[in-house]
Amino acid sequence: MSDKKGIIIAGGAVGIISVLLVYFGNPANMGFCIACFLRDIAGGLGLHRADVVQYIRPEIIGLVLGAFLISVKNKEFQTKGGSSPFTRFMIGIAVMIGALIFLGCPLRMVLRLAGGDLNALFGIAGFVAGIFVGVIFLNKGFNLKRSYKISKTEGYIFPAVNIGLLILLIASPSFLFFSEKGPGSMAAPIIMSLTAGLIVGGLAQKTRLCMVGGTRDMILFKDMYLLSGFIAILVFSFIGNLAFGFFKLGFAEQPIAHTDGLWNFLGMAVVGWGSVLLGGCPLRQLILSGEGNTDSVITVMGMLVGAAIAHNFGLASSAAGVTANGKVAVFICFALLGIVSFLNSESLVKAGNLSKASN
Amino acid sequence: MKKIDTCGMSCPQPVLMTKKALEESPEGLDIIVDNNTAKGNVERFLKNSGYKVIITENEDNYILEARK
Repeated sequence: MSDKKGIIIAGGAVGIISVLLVYFGNPANMGFCIACFLRDIAGGLGLHRADVVQYIRPEIIGLVLGAFLISVKNKEFQTKGGSSPFTRFMIGIAVMIGALIFLGCPLRMVLRLAGGDLNALFGIAGFVAGIFVGVIFLNKGFNLKRSYKISKTEGYIFPAVNIGLLILLIASPSFLFFSEKGPGSMAAPIIMSLTAGLIVGGLAQKTRLCMVGGTRDMILFKDMYLLSGFIAILVFSFIGNLAFGFFKLGFAEQPIAHTDGLWNFLGMAVVGWGSVLLGGCPLRQLILSGEGNTDSVITVMGMLVGAAIAHNFGLASSAAGVTANGKVAVFICFALLGIVSFLNSESLVKAGNLSKASN
Repeated sequence: MKKIDTCGMSCPQPVLMTKKALEESPEGLDIIVDNNTAKGNVERFLKNSGYKVIITENEDNYILEARK
């Protein structure tokens, strides 16, 4: 129990802070959502023109910088990269598309359930199913090969870019886009969002909090460590929502959600499967980006591009439901994940072929 | 003693590699890891599986000696 204390406290803090961010202005059940916030940043930078979801979310900047500061302080900052970067970029795109079909990353999935949004149950079922599929390939020897130590400078670039984003946000030059209506216009004050991000980023770095790792490790090793963090977020944000009167049980008319159970399931199945292949959920990818893992930086860039694609091609869902293009995209994502999973599983593809290809 | 090198592998590979190697060499194993996350994960797995673990810290890696 004592080894889990840290992550339970961290999960509890994430749950409470998420509810507070909603209280101070964030969209409902969206204290944190890595997918939604990266999507908003893509919009803020003009990579897509969906005018209801454009904002430079300070939470993201805070998460990266919080992880950066704590990792430097604890001498855990390590610049590394080179573990199948472009494969990771493509999986990042798929994970983002899956998340925007459901309308939330795994963290928001939990926050939605804690707010009484029962549609999230289909999401969780899909998420777990996706993780199961990913684990099958892990057991068949799936891996994306080793990363290597690289120059420290490379690892400092992403945290520096985030400081640049923060300066842009504060200066808010006219070439940025800021939503005047819709979820993108709903935000806690910058200083609060940034502080929340810094705290959660530091805690997540320290405890390795990961939404996909919980279920994955439970299936693979019967290890409850990460799952305790997942459960703590659910329990504490549920209590917070009750305390603030945000809790609203049901399927219909949930905030920034649709009621299409099948596609909630399939969208999150893409996210669960893809995240297992990446070695961590979108939150974890951001945290690793802050501690010098440039493969995770590439993944986050994939998610950013995925968000732009999702809105430019009309794939993203809305409260009105799932789009026809979005449904096609989910199947393309499954095909991509299937091919990537198969070709990188050592016992499925002869080892000789793989080493030849890597020479 | 059998030795495996998990450096540069992302989650959960270091633990998976350890689990697989222990099936072949249940009496014990030396595992090289290159970051704190993997060190913690592998150590937790070994202890949960009933092994004693001695950790040696080197300049850019750790060696975990797992013994029954």
